[in-house]
Amino acid sequence: MLLIECPYCGPRSEEEFSYGGEAHILRPADPDALNDEQWADYLFMQGNKKGVFYERWVHSHGCRRWFNVARDTLTYEILAIYPMGAAPPKLDERHYV
Amino acid sequence: MSQRQNLTPQAHERADVAPRKHEGLPLAWPLRSRYIRLRVLGRELTSFAGCEVAQKARYSIFSLARNAIGHHENWQAAWRSPEPQGSYDAIIVGGGGHGLVTAYYLAKEHRLGRIAVLERGWLGGGNTGRNTTIVRSNYLWDESAGLYEHSLKLWESMSQELNFNVMFSQRGVMNLAHNQHDLRELSRRIYANRLNGVDSEFLTPQQVKEFCPIIDLRGNGRYPVLGASLQRRGGTARHDAVAWGYARAADTLGVDIIQECPVEGIRVSNGRVQGVETTKGYIGAKKVGLVAAGHSSVLAEMAGVRLPVQSLPLQALVSEPVKPHMNTVVMSNAVHAYLSQSDKGEMVIGAGVDKYIGYGQRGSLTVTEGTLAAICELFPSLRRLRMLRNWGGIVDVCPDASPIISKTPVDGLYVNCGWGTGGFKATPGSGHVFAHTIAKDEPHPLNEGFRLNRFTTGYLIDEHGAAAVAH
Repeated sequence: MLLIECPYCGPRSEEEFSYGGEAHILRPADPDALNDEQWADYLFMQGNKKGVFYERWVHSHGCRRWFNVARDTLTYEILAIYPMGAAPPKLDERHYV
Repeated sequence: MSQRQNLTPQAHERADVAPRKHEGLPLAWPLRSRYIRLRVLGRELTSFAGCEVAQKARYSIFSLARNAIGHHENWQAAWRSPEPQGSYDAIIVGGGGHGLVTAYYLAKEHRLGRIAVLERGWLGGGNTGRNTTIVRSNYLWDESAGLYEHSLKLWESMSQELNFNVMFSQRGVMNLAHNQHDLRELSRRIYANRLNGVDSEFLTPQQVKEFCPIIDLRGNGRYPVLGASLQRRGGTARHDAVAWGYARAADTLGVDIIQECPVEGIRVSNGRVQGVETTKGYIGAKKVGLVAAGHSSVLAEMAGVRLPVQSLPLQALVSEPVKPHMNTVVMSNAVHAYLSQSDKGEMVIGAGVDKYIGYGQRGSLTVTEGTLAAICELFPSLRRLRMLRNWGGIVDVCPDASPIISKTPVDGLYVNCGWGTGGFKATPGSGHVFAHTIAKDEPHPLNEGFRLNRFTTGYLIDEHGAAAVAH
């Protein structure tokens, strides 16, 4: 069970949050210009990393604000929390097989 | 690990598995005759060396009696543990149920020469040994019905085919409806099942109570039971036995099963797979099949292939054993709870998935709490039960909650993944069609719809409603 530090409300139980999947995916500027393959890539091929993963969370049962989290998906350790729109922090890669 | 390999099979020895006649011959005969035929054809037989493979003793009441006299000290190992050869015709990555079945059919039906199954841990130690053992085929769409029903038919003859008791028990699977919307969805699914030749029937609340008396139809006011669907041919099976039975049968056909051999890289050149890097060194392969559940995308990425799956922890737990009081499987999709009683007497409880990506093989307490709260409302008599243990497995969920059994953009590389929360029931059918896909380099008619390109064409098979757990 995760203890997530909401940047606005402080540390709260995982139960109060909803998950938003991979962070830093840009919606294509001109979707009409994409072919089916590119659109499928945008829509379905999300990251599923075993290691340091940059993801979005929203404090849905609190301040209802979104933020980004860098988390190790094997140890579930939260490595960094940073606001939406900010560049991801530089973290050491972790390689697991 | 060695203890597991040398597990004596007496626990699965059952007198009730009578030798089945197969075209007038005992079942073991086709296996032996195939062995001889292979030798006549002069095929590569290194993996058959030692004759241990060919002379695997058949399990029967007589072998049980014979070994009882020997104090059960002389049981033959169910499979060898060979060192990997330099190269294989086909390598299956993942020694769970699906991978072992694939290897078994590659050897049995497609007569591929040298086949290896590489397993990072021990056989069936992943989701095969972590699921809640439910088998059913009442899926909504035609493609799914075809695949899961094919699988269910294979379950019905599995123990006989493998000469290994997988304790398949067709005790029925009920899916509960708690509100009007559930009822309509359930009816739709029942009619769809019937059109596809899958047995499925509607039970009124009274019939539900008769079929499973420990249910509180009022659900303590919170989860009232308004009806249920019932698939009588559904049920449970002993999950470990499935892995062991197929491992033994595949080994008999010459498949090398190599445990404790994680794959660390996949070598690709000119768009074609060359082999795999493992902790036991490089192993060449003409064809590689990835059947690694939660780790499918990690492996596929080694070959530069992206998969639309998300790996989520899924939990299950069992209670202390109690006397038999529930002889069916009850599932409630709405409250994320499914329940059955194992032959040991434990109540086996399936919970939901965590909402975030995780590879930790453990789940969050909030999920367990939610499931147990619902179980206590529906089955008040279980409230005082203590839970014995809980665990998690990593399930790979596709956007449409249907699996991918497909070729990939890399020649000679195939994937069988995306089973999400419901892979166990599909074990035999999945392996059967995947073996066809690998051997013929084209999909079997039953997995044509489950190709990777459906995410590009948009022809998704949306089974979120029929999957065990809402994702």
